[in-house]
Order: sequence, then C-alpha cells, then structure tokens
Amino acid sequence: MSETKRYEPWKDRDMTKVRPYGDTFDDGMIQLSFSIPVPPGEEAAEAARQLVTQMGLHEPAVVHQHDLGEDFTFVVMYAKTKAMIDYTKIKVAKVDSPRMSFYEINEYIKEQIGRKITIIGACTGTDAHTVGIDAIMNMKGYNGEYGLERYPMVEAYNLGAQVENEEMVAKAIELNADAILVSQVVTQKDVHIPNLAQLVELLEAEGLREKLILICGGPRLGHELALELGYDAGFGPGTLAPDVASFVVQELVKRGLK
Amino acid sequence: MSPMSKLYLDPQLIDRARTAASDIADSLQSFILERTTVAVERTVLRLYGLDGVDADYVPLPNVVVDHLKEGGLLEHGAARYVLNAVLQKGLSIQEIGESVAAGTLNLCELPLASDDEIRQKGLELAHASLDLIRANRAKRDDYLSRLGEGPQPYLYVIVATGNIYEDVVQAKAAARQGADIIAVIRSTGQSLIDYVPYGATTEGFGGTYATQENFKVMREALDEVGEEVGRYIRLCNYCSGLCMPEIAAMGAIERLDVMLNDALYGILFRDINMQRTMVDQNFSRMINSFAGVIINTGEDNYLTTADAVEQAPSVLASQFINEQLALRSGLPEEQMGLGHAFEMSPELEDGFLLELSQAQMAREIFPRAPLKYMPPTKHMTGNIFKGHVQDTLFNMVGVMTNQGIQLLGMMTEAIHTPLIHDRHIAIEGAKYVFKNLRNFGEEIEFKRDGKIVARAQDVLTDAAGKLEEIRDIGMLEAISRGMFADVKRTMTGGKGLHGVFMRAEDYWNPFETLLRAELGLEAMAR
Repeated sequence: MSETKRYEPWKDRDMTKVRPYGDTFDDGMIQLSFSIPVPPGEEAAEAARQLVTQMGLHEPAVVHQHDLGEDFTFVVMYAKTKAMIDYTKIKVAKVDSPRMSFYEINEYIKEQIGRKITIIGACTGTDAHTVGIDAIMNMKGYNGEYGLERYPMVEAYNLGAQVENEEMVAKAIELNADAILVSQVVTQKDVHIPNLAQLVELLEAEGLREKLILICGGPRLGHELALELGYDAGFGPGTLAPDVASFVVQELVKRGLK
Repeated sequence: MSPMSKLYLDPQLIDRARTAASDIADSLQSFILERTTVAVERTVLRLYGLDGVDADYVPLPNVVVDHLKEGGLLEHGAARYVLNAVLQKGLSIQEIGESVAAGTLNLCELPLASDDEIRQKGLELAHASLDLIRANRAKRDDYLSRLGEGPQPYLYVIVATGNIYEDVVQAKAAARQGADIIAVIRSTGQSLIDYVPYGATTEGFGGTYATQENFKVMREALDEVGEEVGRYIRLCNYCSGLCMPEIAAMGAIERLDVMLNDALYGILFRDINMQRTMVDQNFSRMINSFAGVIINTGEDNYLTTADAVEQAPSVLASQFINEQLALRSGLPEEQMGLGHAFEMSPELEDGFLLELSQAQMAREIFPRAPLKYMPPTKHMTGNIFKGHVQDTLFNMVGVMTNQGIQLLGMMTEAIHTPLIHDRHIAIEGAKYVFKNLRNFGEEIEFKRDGKIVARAQDVLTDAAGKLEEIRDIGMLEAISRGMFADVKRTMTGGKGLHGVFMRAEDYWNPFETLLRAELGLEAMAR
C-alpha cells in the first residue's frame, strides 16, 4: 500500500501572502455580478470578460447573463486574481475599548462615574430612517439586547428623525448631554458627509465638542470615516446598544468627563 | 376564495372590532369637518388648474393661499375670493394667481359679488375639472380592458435614482422584467416641506421630488412601455406629508394609479401635527377615491420601529380604523391597499407560521381590499444571499394568502436603493414563487387547534380589545399615549399646526361639495 503525502498548504499558510479562496488553496477565486449598458448576447459576454480582465483578474467566465430591457444586460461571473496582500501589515482604526454587558455597563457607571449619564440620539438632517437609532436606543432594543432607554444608569433621549443639527446642539445643551449619537441611513450621493461635518462645526462653535462624546453610526459608516469627520467613534452594521454604551462610558472616564 | 374562514375567526368578534373602529372614525370625522388647512385650500386652487411658481419659485397656490391667510379670510375657504375675482376682473384662475404674485391684485379688497353668482361660477368650473379626472379614469379603464394587467399579487417595485429621467430607464426596464406597479421614491424630507416643488427634477436624496411634471414624465413612459409589453403598468407616488391633498390632486390630474396615503404614518414617523394631517387626509382620500386611485396605508411601518410579534394587534387595529376612515372619504374597499408586513425576526422559531397567520387573517377580515404587503426590511443585514431567501419566504406568504400588492423585497435592502439588477433578481424570484405556488393557498387548510389558527384568534381578540379602549379615550388621545408603534405625539405638537383653521359658518369648498355628492357621502350620517 503506497502512502499518499498529505497536502495541506492551509496549515502553514503564509500570512504575508494572502489571496481569495474558493476550493483549491490560493486559487484567488472571485464571484462578480454587475450590469452593463449593452444588449445581451455573445458581445455582451465578451465585453464583460474584457472588463474583468482589465480589472486585473484572469480566467473570466460568464456563467449567466440576463436581458434587463432598455439595452442593459446583467452578468454573473467568476474570475481569479493573482493579487495578494501582506496580512501582517494591516492596520485598521477601530473601537478598542472592551465590550461590556448590560449589567457591567450599569455597574461601571455607578462605580466609575457615580451618577446617571445622559445620551441623546437622532437621525439628523433629512434622514427619516430611524431603524438604526431605534435599535440602539429604544427600550426593546434589537436582537435580544436591550436599548439604552432600558439602562437604569442612562438617561436616554431618542429625538427621532429629521432632526436639524442646530436642534441637536440645543438639546445637548438643554439636557447637559454626555454623549450624542447620530444615525445616518440615507447615504446616497454622500449626503451624510456634509451633514455629519456640520454638527461637529456647530459643537465646536458652542465650545461643546470636547465636553461630550460624539458618535455616528449607520450601514455605510465606520470608525475610520468617523474619526476623519471629527467624531470619537463610528459604528457600522450589526452594532448593538452595549457596543455603543461600552465605548461611551469608558471614553467618559478616560477623558475625565465625570 | 373559500367562504368559510380557514382560521375559524369568530364573525362576531370581527363585527365588534369593526363597530369600535367605526365609532372611532365617526368621532374623528366630526373633528375633521370643523376644520380646514392651508393644504386643503391650495388643493382647491390646484383642482381649478392653478399651477406654476412666482419669481422666487414659490408655487402660485401657496402665494394665493398665504395672501388670503394674511388677509384673515382663509377660514371662509379660498374658492370664494378667487372666483369672485374671476367674476369681477374677467380673468382666468391662472391669471389671478399670477396677478396676486405680481402684487397687482389684492383679493381681500375686491368687492364681493353675490353668493349665488360665486357659487354658480365655482360649481361650473369645478365640474369641468372633475370631468378631466373622470376622463383620466376612463382612460385607465380603457387601457385595462385593452391591454389587461398582471394577476394579483401585483409586483410592485420602486425606482429611486434621484433623477426622474434615469428613473424612467429603470422603470421601463422593470416593466419589461415583469413589474406591475412602479413607485417613484420621493426625496427624503419632502414630507416636511409645506409646498410642492415645481417642474421636472434631476436631484434629490434617496429619490426625487413628487412634482406634477415628474408625474407626467413617468406616466408617459409607463404608458409607452405598457403598450409594448401588453400590460397596463400602474404608477405610484406618495401623498403623505404636509401636502397630502395637493399631491392627491396632482395624482388625479396625471393619472396615477396607486398612492401612499396615511395620516397616522405622518403623525408617528414624520412628526406631523395630528390635527393638520387628519384634515388633509380626509380631503386627499376623497380625491383618490374619485380618481380611482388605490391608496396604500402605512401600518407596515409600526413593525420597523417596534417588535413585529407584539405589534400585530396594533397593525390590525389600525387597518380597521383606516378602513372606516377611508369609507368616510367615499373610498370603496377595492381601493383600500391596507398595509402590513413580513417583519418578524428570522431567528424566531415558527416565525413563518406567525407571518402566514397574520397575512391570512388580514385577507379574511378585509376580503375585497387589495392588501399591500411589505417585505422584510428591519432584519435585512447586508448578507444579500440570506436576504434573497428571506424575500422568498415573504413571497410565499404573499401568494398563499392572495395579497393584492406585493412590494418586492430587495436583497440589497439595508445597503442602498435598488440597482437595476437588484430589481431584476427580485422580480425573477417573485415570478418564480408566484407561478410555482399559484394555487397552493386553495389546496391547504389549517389545523383547527394548531398554532396558525390560535395566533390569528389571539391577534384579533387583542385588536378588538385595543379598538374598544381607543373608542373610550378617543383616537387622538390614544396616539398621545403611544398606543401605536410605541410613539407618542400630542395634539399641538409636530409640524404644520399653524396651517389649521376652524371653518367659518359660511366656509365653502366647491370640490368637497361636489365630491361628497359624487362619492355618495351625502347619504351617510353626516
């Protein structure tokens, strides 16, 4: 009986040379789908293959195409990449304070801050989509995690949708807020960027910026963009109340804003 | 559909709920009929054909209504003063609007002609306007008999590029793919502006503005593609917000087929003042009704902010109230697209059973209404592959329970407004499910002591109890207490209250008078 050598390259993978994976280690397999403004047919498939080749991929295969009407064609494709990255050199800005539980956060506030903290939140500007801010703030919360309104040591005010930045600042002053949460769901044509930046300017003009924690969140927001815009943190999809609250309370203590 | 309830719902319990909703609607209706609003008065002028903007892009209906408001005359109704000017000056209504805008005509200072003369002129011109809307309705009927339409559930998709001309391309592509209804999403924020923008628009956020010109552009495109695909393609837009009745009038003039119309939605989710929007809703629904427009109500939204399992009785209660309010605006059941949604958490064991129960219950309680069924949004994650499966289960419930309007879910919900192929994938999936399961609903019965039946009975019982409670305290108080979607709003809070007026003794709205007669509302109690 001959002995087959076990070939298991993933076991000693080289983290300085990482590329996508399908079913054969290091194959560089990528799935793509997009539409092109040409009628369907062999020419459309060839156009799609050439586009993908221009993207630097090889072995492009059009596995499906469909006539969308109005001379548009949808394609589903597979292709491979030779690109690779050095994973050991990756640097990402992210919220690094540890995540605490509902109980731990309330305990932490009692012990470290010694009073209730006030958090206000809203969808600002023209944005009318409250699903994100509601998930974080409303009593019931989301996905099994209570929202901030349920936290005994947090005074939470969800101001709802389409709140102007000026109103947000006025509320922050009126309620002596420790933290402001801004949710932005509508990001078409980057409408959220000037709106988020304007709030920072207004807070700076009122001399409030350093006195509170400023956070933004939404499906197309991340920590890095938030920092660029002058926020203390940004939270993307999948964020729950404890993620936000953990950051707020630890940041308050860290910055001596007790 | 089988005459017997598959859910073994108690007809007496349904009657109890409906009676409570009817009482609630009656007391709201007497509140509504004592008032008018700036939007209602602007609508009267629009129905008389007043259009266009002044040098500062303020729409002429706003210019004239603000002029009368400043003169303290609005509580008598705008029609009287404008028609008086028609008689005194021999100008058309459009010319009167332009003269007021130019500052060369003061309607408040003109001597008044006799009431009889004014009323006669007013009704004559109003009849002519209503004839135009009647002709639009006949044209729709003609298209429907000549081209036909897709079977229910209608496939409803949105376009939201922000540019009306690019919306046209996406809409026509969707029609060719199989869509039955195209909704043009409005720019976020339009519901809170107290005028209707003018002209074709090529910008906006998350959509573009509802303007009369945009309606016209899209209507023409859909008629054209409808002829080509051999199916009438319905057009939908939104008459929610501060301009409800004005947009309803524009929709009637440009032959829209479906319009979102729900005051409660505006109150809860846009913080529009409840007095303002209840009054606006009543007149807007009369116009929708006369124009043959199917309204869509917004109960589905309760489920995006609050828990879908717990809020089920609120959704049903609101459907009952919306039905009764719609009847009081003369809207027949066949035009009531009462809303609900498939919004329970996908983590829930037997969640599908609860969704099926809710949808079947709505079907049985409102048998003639083309129910508007909304797809999962709250629990869509960005995982487009799982999202497509969620939408597939939603489509199954839609076809099994014979929903009227299926608002197709997009796998990219929670990421962006639909790309051209997102819509294609959604339509293809829905067509597959609808065809594959077309008569499945006819083939199945539910276990009498099973979960689906028990759930529907519980929800109906709770909804009836809730309606009786609301009847005791009044609808407006119920909203103040947060009984809908956990959102609390007050009588004097929210946007638009400054545009509400008590009607004077001699208040006159010729379109209301004519529509009440046309819609058979004079035969009702009040």
